[in-house]
Order: sequence, then structure tokens, then C-alpha cells
Amino acid sequence: MGKPHAIIIGAGFTGVATAHDLALRGFDVTVVERGDFCNGTSGRTHGLLHCGGRYAVKDRESAIECIEENMILRKIVPQVIEPNGGLFIALNESDLAYRQAFLEGCEACHIPIEELSPQEALRLEPNINPKLLTAFLVPDGTFDPLRLALAFAATAKKNGAQFFTYTEVNRLILDGKGTVTGVTVTDRRANRTYEIRGDIVVNATGVWAGEIAKMAGAKVPVKPTPGVMVAYDQRLVQRAINRLNEPGDGDIVLPQRRMVVVGTTSFEVEDPDYIPVLEDHVALMLERGAELIPGIRQARVRGKYMASRPLIAAGSGRSAARTFKCFDHKETDNVEGLVTITGGKATTLRAMAEKTADIVCQKLGIQAPCLTREIPLLSYRQYFALS
Amino acid sequence: MSDNKWNITLKIHRQKEDQPPYFQEFHLEVDPDEYVLDAVERVWAFMDRTLCFRHACHHSTCGACGMRVNNVEKLTCITPIRAVTQDGGVIKVEPLRNFPVVSDLVVDMSNLYARMEMVGAKAVLPVTQAEIERPPATWPADAEQYLRLTDCIECGLCISACPSAATSPSYLGPAVLAAAQTVGLTAETLPIIDSEDGLWRCHSAFECTAVCPSAVDPARRIMNLRQQVVRQRLSSLLKKS
Repeated sequence: MGKPHAIIIGAGFTGVATAHDLALRGFDVTVVERGDFCNGTSGRTHGLLHCGGRYAVKDRESAIECIEENMILRKIVPQVIEPNGGLFIALNESDLAYRQAFLEGCEACHIPIEELSPQEALRLEPNINPKLLTAFLVPDGTFDPLRLALAFAATAKKNGAQFFTYTEVNRLILDGKGTVTGVTVTDRRANRTYEIRGDIVVNATGVWAGEIAKMAGAKVPVKPTPGVMVAYDQRLVQRAINRLNEPGDGDIVLPQRRMVVVGTTSFEVEDPDYIPVLEDHVALMLERGAELIPGIRQARVRGKYMASRPLIAAGSGRSAARTFKCFDHKETDNVEGLVTITGGKATTLRAMAEKTADIVCQKLGIQAPCLTREIPLLSYRQYFALS
Repeated sequence: MSDNKWNITLKIHRQKEDQPPYFQEFHLEVDPDEYVLDAVERVWAFMDRTLCFRHACHHSTCGACGMRVNNVEKLTCITPIRAVTQDGGVIKVEPLRNFPVVSDLVVDMSNLYARMEMVGAKAVLPVTQAEIERPPATWPADAEQYLRLTDCIECGLCISACPSAATSPSYLGPAVLAAAQTVGLTAETLPIIDSEDGLWRCHSAFECTAVCPSAVDPARRIMNLRQQVVRQRLSSLLKKS
């Protein structure tokens, strides 16, 4: 018997990370993507390499995933990361009241933090709001979204994975007995339609996961939940600056290249294909961002954009957990040969892939351990340099 | 931000596989403060699903969405519609030049990435080495330890705008030479840089610096590399004599 063949739909974060994982476990891997790498949610992510502090009080499962994966990504893909840490700062009494819960949450989730006096925090970051009351130093980071995905894709490609961009799935091929055996795709560069057969199909389409699952009569309870981000043209800080409070709107400011990026908001939409950038949300980002870093008011807007989180848990908006879930559609819908990975966040892309590959291996009766925790990724440019 | 809407025409370059290219017009209502990329994405979302274009971050950090907008190279995610047309106007959108066209607005930039790799371009640098317009009077004592993603986002605008790149596909091009200047010449890269398709094909048109969306200033860096190379040649001549 030859190698098992996995078809992965989607070349966002989960798709490329799953391609990397399965290629290392000995699979033939084919990735199909209707646009180019990261054209959906992944490319437009805020770019925060979370330490988990944001979730440590109310969503500890996500917080623990974040700190573990944060440490792994720093090791395997330093090429795309600004590893400068972050601050959580308190600006009022409500923020201070959150301090104890934050301390306890971080301790429970093993997130290494250090409390700083306002003077110490201002010495590290002279541009943060000088009226701060306290600050915590945390191991946050910033990453380049496209290059993070390309580093995974480059390494997968080196290990034999094949990537077909601008190739859209039209339907899932079913064998008449409830098993998915492949996909019909259209190469959008040439308007040519053809079939690809495989032993397993992995639906890694994020907010679009429900649409793909529906092609096999299966369901995925994913809620597209967009948020706006605004980039300003001055690098006012070296670290991620977070508001010390429950997750809310515009409470994170990240440095990236010569910019800072303020994010984000949270609302639900039905169709994630095009989401307008709402002007009142942009205005809110300036308002909230300037509370953390007053100098943002003197900076110029460089870009305004929107990304749609794939939330899967019960609850809605901020109250929904940010963890991920892999669905074996044999169990949920009695459809064989199809698994869906969605939810989660950019920081946990590798863990999402590990979980998905575990389930794929288990379904196909393959014994192969996950190797992605240790193996450094190739330069993202190798995706293009490799023939 | 304005409340008024503009009606504009997007005149988009279309090309599928071996078929001849043509322009297709799309009429749409826009907010003039939206970006050109937003309008292109809406054409795909609501008018024509066969349109191919490349984009990812939508805020100028990834370099995927470079196109020619009214004959000038632009990073379309940060180019406001207001800056390139007026109400009732036309925006012509074409793929970058000096790269093979993959489809419609998408070009194959594999060569650029491979050459950046060849000269050892860094993806992250200490913040203190970043050449910004107004650096702080003094960096904090611990600034050395902070890293920053480099300025060059490998968007290819400079190569599209370069008249010399149009004369030879094997010319390394402005982004690659600028990267070589940033990391410094090595014994390995010197012969590649100091060659006909390297440093000496540049005709000092400075178009690269004019279109760079990321303040890399490739033209200045190429001139600096020439000084370095000439200085090295002279000093080795003097040593011999």
C-alpha cells in the first residue's frame, strides 16, 4: 500500500500547519486554496503572538494553549516574530480591580509575568499613558501573518506536500455510501475543472468551514465574528500593549515594522466573503488606542481592515471561548472521510494541526507521532525558492 | 471620513492562462476613503468570482497586493481611492511589470524571493539598526535586544517600476540589491552583486525609491553599495602595487 493521501482545503494558518504536520507523518498531502495564501482571516489577523494573559481569567483552556504554543513558535519560527514581550497596563480603578484575578489566572496557567511600577513601565515604554497605575510584563510577541504561513508551507513543500492556489473546491465527491472520497476543484487561473481523490479530506477553511461541510450534508457550528483593526504610521512602542481588564474593544496595540496596530471589535455576520470596515469602529480604535498610547492621536492612519474570527464555542462575541475544535464528521453527521478544524487563533495554529493530524491518523489506523514541536521551519522564502 | 459616495469605474486587466489579455470594466459605488484593494475585493465578492488577485494582511506588512494603479506601482491595501481618482473617474488596475503574469492581477514573484534568500536578506533586525526618519535622540540602553521585522516587504513594486529590470530578467533588481546593502557584502555575495546583472545594471533612474511603500530607499542603497565595491577594488589594487 502506498502512502495515505490527505487533501486539505484552505491555505490559511490551519491548512498550512496541518500540511506540515501530515507531511512529517508520512502522508502525501495536497492543499487546495481558492485564493492565495492567507487571503481570508489568517492574513488579516492582528498579529499578536498571545502569551495567554488575555484569556487567563475566563478562558483558561485557551490561555494554556497560547502560552505553550507561544514558546514553541518562538523556537521553530523566529524568522517571522518580533519577540519583544508585552505589557498589561491598568489605567483606572476598574482595571486595578481586575489585577488580582489576572495574577491568579496567569499563575494557574503558568504564564510568567512580572509586576512593574508605573515608573519602570514608562522607562521600558516611554510612549504609554503616563497615568498608568500598574503594569505587568508578559511574554507577548508580534508576527508577520503571511510569512508565518509561508514558513509552514515551505517546510511542508520540502517534505513533499503540494500546494494548488487559486484552486476552488466546487463540491465534495461522495461514494454513495456516505464517504467523502475526494474533491472537485476549479483552477481559477485557467477556468479548468478536475477531480482530486484522497483517503481523507481536511476542511481547514475557518469561517467558511460550514459552507464546505454542507457540501457533504454535514454541519459545523461556526460563527464568523469580525473585528476591525487600524494601523498607524509610527512605531510608538516595542512591545504589545494590552489593557489590564476583561477582553474588550480596542484594548491591544501592537508594534509591527514601522507601525502600531490597534484592535479590535467584535460582532457577528452571516456571510464572511466581504465585510466592510465600519467607520464607527475605526473611530473607536482611535479612542481606545489613544487611552493606552496617547501619541496615536498624532500618528496618521496607514490602513484600516477587518478580519473575521471563526468562533465555534457556545456563547457569542467576547463571551465565547477562543479554543479550537476538530470535528470528525463520522461522529457528528455520519459522514466518513471528512474532518473539519476550525475555531482557535493564530497563536495556536500548530496545536490545531497536531490535533487534526492525530484524528486523521487515528481514523486511518496510522501510528505516527507528531514531530512539529521541535523541528525548526525553513525560511518562508524557500516556499518560492524550492522547485 | 466622508459621508458621500463616489461612483467609479475599475478597469481591470484580465488574463487567463494562454489567452490574450484584455481590460474589463466594473462600475461600483465606493467611499473615497476606502482603499483600492477593498474595491477589487468587492468586484470578486459580488461581481465576478473568476477574478484572481493576491492579498493577505491589508495593512502593508505582507507585500502581497502590489499592482499598477493608473500606471503607477501601488500597494493597493493602503492606497485610498481618493488619492488615485475622483467621483465619476476610472481606476486602471494592472499586474506588476517585469514578472510573469499568473492570472489577471497575480504575478509570479518566485525569483524575487529566491534572490532575497540568495543575498541573505534578514527578516528581522534589532530595532536600533532600523533606519527610521526620526530616530529617538537616544535609544534606551536595552534597545539592542529588541527585534523588528525589516522594512522591505518584498512587494515587488520597485522591480515593476525599474526601467533596467525591464531590459533583463536576470537583473537582481532594486529590492535584492538593497537587501545586500542592509546585511553587508560577504565573500559569497560580492561576485553576485558586483556583476553585470547586479550593481552595474542600475541606471540610477530612482524609480524604485519613488514607488517603495516601505521607505527602504533602494536607490540610495545601490549607490552606497557602488561606493563600497569601488573602494574595495581600489584598496586591493593599492595593496597589489
